Amino acid sequence: MIRILVSPDRFDPGAETARLEAQDVGAVATFVGLVRGDGGLVEMMLEHYPAMTGAALDALAREAMARWPLKTVTLIHRVGALVPGERIVFVGTASPHRAAALEACAYLIDRLKTDAPFWKRERFADGKARWVEARVEDQAAAALWNTAAARPD
Amino acid sequence: MALTMLYFAWVREAIGTGEEQVDPPATVTTVAGLVDWLAARGGGYATALGEPARLRAAVDQTFVTLDGSIAGAREVALFPPVTGG
Repeated sequence: MIRILVSPDRFDPGAETARLEAQDVGAVATFVGLVRGDGGLVEMMLEHYPAMTGAALDALAREAMARWPLKTVTLIHRVGALVPGERIVFVGTASPHRAAALEACAYLIDRLKTDAPFWKRERFADGKARWVEARVEDQAAAALWNTAAARPD
Repeated sequence: MALTMLYFAWVREAIGTGEEQVDPPATVTTVAGLVDWLAARGGGYATALGEPARLRAAVDQTFVTLDGSIAGAREVALFPPVTGG
């Protein structure tokens, strides 16, 4: 089962975890990403490509399910204006076994950063604003999953 | 060939719109060709699209490289490298 949500609305990690646990599994792994208040940041604006985002997230979830024995993948990504401390993203995986759940969860957040059409714009207390630049480290983390050493089998 | 262009993030801001219809000549067959053709309009287009290495693209809602074909495409999106998650 795949659950994808792209919305300006807040989500409840407890309720999402409970959904994953209800799938008769042995292991649930979750990741929650939050807005950091570094450098006087007052707002993080998330822009996306509405016609494409859902399909892109669904494709990532399917790739994870093809690679690990997962019962469920949940991907939630917020859009719009967020303030420091707010949750941006939720990744949840449910599997019979912990290794699959943990690895797939890490894989999905790495791929979300490089393969889904979202853009972040930061606004600071001094009135300045800037588009966040893609990080080489994020590209490298996502690319690592393509190497043989990172494959579970 | 009529195309819907979509622009996101600073590409959208520099061009001044998020969506428009364009009709490139038949000699424009790739995303890179389309980027060059649009950049030649000057102004915000030149600012947004003058350095193709800074751009990423999607054709009909699938990520492509800039050498990707636009044959038969209905929608082409241009944007900076993604920064979600």
